[in-house]
Amino acid sequence: MVERRPVGTLFSHLVLIAGVAIIALPLYVCFVASTLSFDQVTTVPMQMVPGTHFVDNYLGVLTHGTETASKAPVGRMLWNSLVMALSIAIGKIAISMLSAFAIVYFRFPLRRTCFWMIFVTLMLPVEVRIMPTYKVVAELGMVDTYAGLTLPLIASATATFLFRQFFLTVPEELAEAARIDGAGPMRFFVDVLLPLSRTSIAALFVIMFIYGWNQYLWPLLITTREDMYTVVIGIKRMVAGGDTLIEWQLVMATAMLALLPPAAVIVGMQRWFVKGLVDSEK
Amino acid sequence: MEKRVVFRSPWLPYALVAPQLAVTLVFFFWPASQALYQSLLIQDAFASKTQFVWFDNFRDLFENSHYLASFKVTAVFSVLVTVIGLALALVLAAFADRILRGAKVYKTLLTLPYAVAAAVAAVLWVFLLNPTLGVITHFLARLGYHWDYVLNAGQALTLIVIAAVWKQISYNFLFFLAGLQSIPKSLIEAAAIDGAGPARRFWTIAFPLLSPTTFFLLVVNVVYAFFDTFAIVDAATSGGPVQATAILVFKVYQDGVQALDLNGSAAQSVVLMAIVIGLTVIQFRFIERKVQY
Repeated sequence: MVERRPVGTLFSHLVLIAGVAIIALPLYVCFVASTLSFDQVTTVPMQMVPGTHFVDNYLGVLTHGTETASKAPVGRMLWNSLVMALSIAIGKIAISMLSAFAIVYFRFPLRRTCFWMIFVTLMLPVEVRIMPTYKVVAELGMVDTYAGLTLPLIASATATFLFRQFFLTVPEELAEAARIDGAGPMRFFVDVLLPLSRTSIAALFVIMFIYGWNQYLWPLLITTREDMYTVVIGIKRMVAGGDTLIEWQLVMATAMLALLPPAAVIVGMQRWFVKGLVDSEK
Repeated sequence: MEKRVVFRSPWLPYALVAPQLAVTLVFFFWPASQALYQSLLIQDAFASKTQFVWFDNFRDLFENSHYLASFKVTAVFSVLVTVIGLALALVLAAFADRILRGAKVYKTLLTLPYAVAAAVAAVLWVFLLNPTLGVITHFLARLGYHWDYVLNAGQALTLIVIAAVWKQISYNFLFFLAGLQSIPKSLIEAAAIDGAGPARRFWTIAFPLLSPTTFFLLVVNVVYAFFDTFAIVDAATSGGPVQATAILVFKVYQDGVQALDLNGSAAQSVVLMAIVIGLTVIQFRFIERKVQY
């Protein structure tokens, strides 16, 4: 900063601490509630220090869900969420890298058409075309399957664009050298482009993993069996129904389990996360 | 921009684009065209009789008072989410830009809501603002304010605005902070030498230079409020009480999946598609301008 004013710096810290406190409040209350017993959590006002039922609640939901609402074990749901998030992240990166490679490094008839066909998918999120997409998936017999859960979300113009932009900045000499050395296109892709794209891949992976893990509407439609629920859907099923019977301590334990993996990815891969966020919006 | 050096193969490029095109055609073009076609038909729930009615579904839609009310709710909701979300994020980013010590800790903590699924965010706030158990409800009651979002339409809307703003604040914060940090320090220093205080420097230098970021975030936030908040509405209020929080995306779902009015829902989908396309065009026009900026 230009001038050093201790009062100004102190004020900045105070504003930020207030901001962080408000932002973190729901997360903290969630954690505290997840360590209480049913009686403690339904006492008004709820205590603000963690209780002693941490192990009971977490083990309980992981192995056999809630007592009164959904009995589906959350362990299974976490597995489903992981499969979904990884398939979407890896699938998106794989198919968009390949198509971006074709569009940048080849001249072929219909190249522009392919490009535009991929481009327009940017414009329509799943929310806008839910019913017809659901019908297509149902007709293909993919309700309650991992394929049905992930494939419709894999098409992504964002990732294709990102890789296209990146490939365009790769020096011409590299491809030239590869051709002179007699390397075919796939050899060039694997030995040159793939290693160069490492940071872009890491950045996209973070964003797409979180995107996949946090999906809501699509798994809500496409999963009807409890053993196919993702953890986000599981939480929704736990709170649907009568207000008095909700076991909030178990719901909050499940919420903690649902938000920890993506939070860990963001904190652990902070650098790539910010890069991915900024890049994927260009 | 095109590559000079290219590879040649009669079949390889097609094989490379095939997976993406296949997914796009099956899960994107086919459903989208079905939505367009369905929106021009009327059929009963068992699909036994189908009649082509041109734009009748759209006319019905815009004569339907519930649908028009949903438009109004969506407009109020997205203005509130955008304005409050951007204002709070800008304040936090402006102060975070000023400090050196602990900046990383604040940044990490403020990015956490991005990791939380929208539906989970909704459940967290529902718990805090629960009419009987909520921690904040209790606090409000002691202040003499009666809070019950299950019955009160305005409070239900407040609840989903809070959850939506909370979830999006990380994103806005990171973009504002990046924007502020890219402002040349020499400009700020020059203003300081001329005697401008921190507030003056912010409003006359940083804020105008941030306008590309602000405009970009404006569009992104409107899109977010229109489409990505479905989970928040469904998990927190299910559109209630009495449709007070039924935003447009939620109505597509409610009328299509729950009430099985396929054609009405398809027509709503088409209206939404037009809105997204409009917003995307605005965004791209702006990005072109940003390049020259």
